[in-house]
Amino acid sequence: MVENKLKREIPAKYADQYGVYDGEFAHIDSYQAATKTIKPIKPNESKLLGSIHEAIVKTGLKDGMTISFHHHFREGDFVMNMVLAEIAKMGIKNLSIAPSSIANVHAPLIDHIKNGVVTNITSSGLRDKVGAAISSGIMANPVVIRSHGGRARAIASGDIHIDVAFLGAPSSDEYGNINGTKGKATCGSLGYAMVDAKYADQVVAITDSLMPYPNTPISIPQTDVDYVVQVDAIGDPDGIAKGATRFTKNPKELLIAEYAAKVITASSYFKNGFSFQTGSGGAALAVSRFLRQTMIDEDVKASFALGGITNAMVEMQKEGLVDKLIDVQDFDHPSAISLAENADHYEIDANMYASPLSKGAVINQLDIAILSALEVDTDFNVNVITGSDGVLRGASGGHSDTSAACKLSMVIAPVVRGRIPTIVDAVTTVVTPGSSVDVVVTELGIAINPARQDLVEMFKDLKVPQLTIDDLKDKAYAITGVPEKIEYGDQTVALIEYRDGSLIDVVKNV
Amino acid sequence: MERLRRTMMFVPGANPAMLRDAVLYGADSVMFDLEDAVSLKEKDTARVLVYSALKTFDYSSVETVVRVNALDAGGKQDIEAMVLGGINVIRLPKTETAQDIIDVDAVITAVEAKYDIPAGTTHMMAAIESAEGVLNAREIAKASDRMIGIALGAEDYVTSQKTRRYPDGAELSFARNYILHSARAAGIAAIDTVYSDVDNEEGLRHETELIKQLGFDGKSVINPRQIPVINGIYAPTVKEVQKAQEVMAGIREAEAKGSGVIAVNGQMVDKPIVERAERVLALAKATNMEVD
Repeated sequence: MVENKLKREIPAKYADQYGVYDGEFAHIDSYQAATKTIKPIKPNESKLLGSIHEAIVKTGLKDGMTISFHHHFREGDFVMNMVLAEIAKMGIKNLSIAPSSIANVHAPLIDHIKNGVVTNITSSGLRDKVGAAISSGIMANPVVIRSHGGRARAIASGDIHIDVAFLGAPSSDEYGNINGTKGKATCGSLGYAMVDAKYADQVVAITDSLMPYPNTPISIPQTDVDYVVQVDAIGDPDGIAKGATRFTKNPKELLIAEYAAKVITASSYFKNGFSFQTGSGGAALAVSRFLRQTMIDEDVKASFALGGITNAMVEMQKEGLVDKLIDVQDFDHPSAISLAENADHYEIDANMYASPLSKGAVINQLDIAILSALEVDTDFNVNVITGSDGVLRGASGGHSDTSAACKLSMVIAPVVRGRIPTIVDAVTTVVTPGSSVDVVVTELGIAINPARQDLVEMFKDLKVPQLTIDDLKDKAYAITGVPEKIEYGDQTVALIEYRDGSLIDVVKNV
Repeated sequence: MERLRRTMMFVPGANPAMLRDAVLYGADSVMFDLEDAVSLKEKDTARVLVYSALKTFDYSSVETVVRVNALDAGGKQDIEAMVLGGINVIRLPKTETAQDIIDVDAVITAVEAKYDIPAGTTHMMAAIESAEGVLNAREIAKASDRMIGIALGAEDYVTSQKTRRYPDGAELSFARNYILHSARAAGIAAIDTVYSDVDNEEGLRHETELIKQLGFDGKSVINPRQIPVINGIYAPTVKEVQKAQEVMAGIREAEAKGSGVIAVNGQMVDKPIVERAERVLALAKATNMEVD
């Protein structure tokens, strides 16, 4: 066992392989970018294939290779299940899969794991059924959980080498020019897929909306695409819009949002030209609503909003409150439409969004980020990946990236959810180190990270109740009691990479 | 100084999460409901839950009120559990006569005696929801020393009057004024009815402005989102606060000098002006305005 800087125990074998977390910027070093093999396409050659089966044959996919998918279709994704079903039928085994995230809809993955088709996984997240299955220990090798920026880094540096990327393409021409704003299953930005396309040896575009050549705008260019396959349907639009959230009427979420907005507008960052990222979810969306009103009242305009774009941000951009939208993924249909129609709504890839090893990610220019949490501990460490029962059920997402890079990172969460405390002595799993978290906002008030004495001073007259993080934890435990310790097994089921590739924590089987 | 009761928020007694969160939203009083918001089969559950909530959660920042069932429908058990739990106010629904209050008072008195709680610790208020109740409001308001307020319950009242709620509130005009007069004559609070269309902020605003003008202490609310609207309307203007501060400064100055007659800015200041100034400053403080 090796203890990392946060005193989390990392099994020696993995500590040797990955290195252990030693501070937010301890492993930011120069490196040689990954290369890929290119099979050139000659004039008169066609990329269009008749089926996924044919694409698997043509790519020469075989046992032990790494394939990837993107998660822009969220709960509406058909692509990963279709491709893995065909691969399983063809008897290919021992694959590593590197989807940018995994949703509930991907439950068939469990059988592919049990049957030896999939033996390694790296992903941002794991949801209910797949997460529970993996937590029960069905895989011999642990899943590697990477943040969005961390995944882009891993691909660019060669830690993940993608042999074949199977990319759902809302629209594509026969030569592989792809965008996410046209077609039947529009998802808007293809920010996560763009990284795969750039670094994978082979790219198969899977589309249900074949367009005349050339299909513009071009998010993924023909020069990165080997094959194009047309299928009946790549995704369910309702599932794709699953990120869409209506403005909450929940009074507690509204109260948290109001407090968060007060923190933002009282900060020195809130001035003309500021920038923000709010993410999705009821309270986060409500923050943008309160923020919007203060921006109008005080005549303050933002230079850009980053994300994770939602309709709330699109509306603010249309109103002239936000100059530009910088978009790595869209949570709802109106945002996807806006990306197509609005020149100031700009698509970026995950590398540009959040990679710690890029020549400067957009998050480095970000002022304020609103983030969620399953748990926050009294050292301000945040867990967004496991439940309080130790079972994998969340996603790392851009949490550790954004909070490390932006100027004011705020975690919003209720003190207690149901009968489970959110503010705890020690989080079940660390995804984001406490040194990245500046303010925790709850329905009882805010707790400022004592490491940010500048913020303590900045907010001393703020009319929001201010408590210490220990006070918040005490108030949570006063309601729920002290949580019992989780009984883990000996098997490591997931490695939690920090964005720089070192291990910040591991998850054991339960 | 009498406490502020701008907002009295209904909290269903059988909902543990809402019992836990009731203090969060800035209501002056929270009213746990054991009566209409609780189905018949959950009456015992709700009583035990509210008792446990009173013993577990910190409600010191608000006034706690409970709406109990009628005495012959579980009300006696409700009162025993609530008084034992340390509730501030027992609210009797559908009060028709002074005798209703006297009967409840007797139950409270017995419970206080049984558990060695100082007599009179538990206060009472009455909801008036019928023509009979309105016409007896004066006697109801004076029926017990425990009484701290009377409230209009409009939904049952308008039904008994063979009408319904209208936006201008003309149908409630007599009841509101009579209840208000009865409360003031008894020296207790007058609380207006709920505004049930929670999504109609404009309607709530209009109705609150009306009842504030009449002189009500505040309103019952059924959703936390209504609280900032009502508190906003009850918040004094900066000018009102300045004037009140001048009055109070004048008083202090006169007291220091031992002078009996007080004038501020050339105007004579008498008792009603001082009382108004005190209320303005209390409201200002409650709405987080800067007050010296």
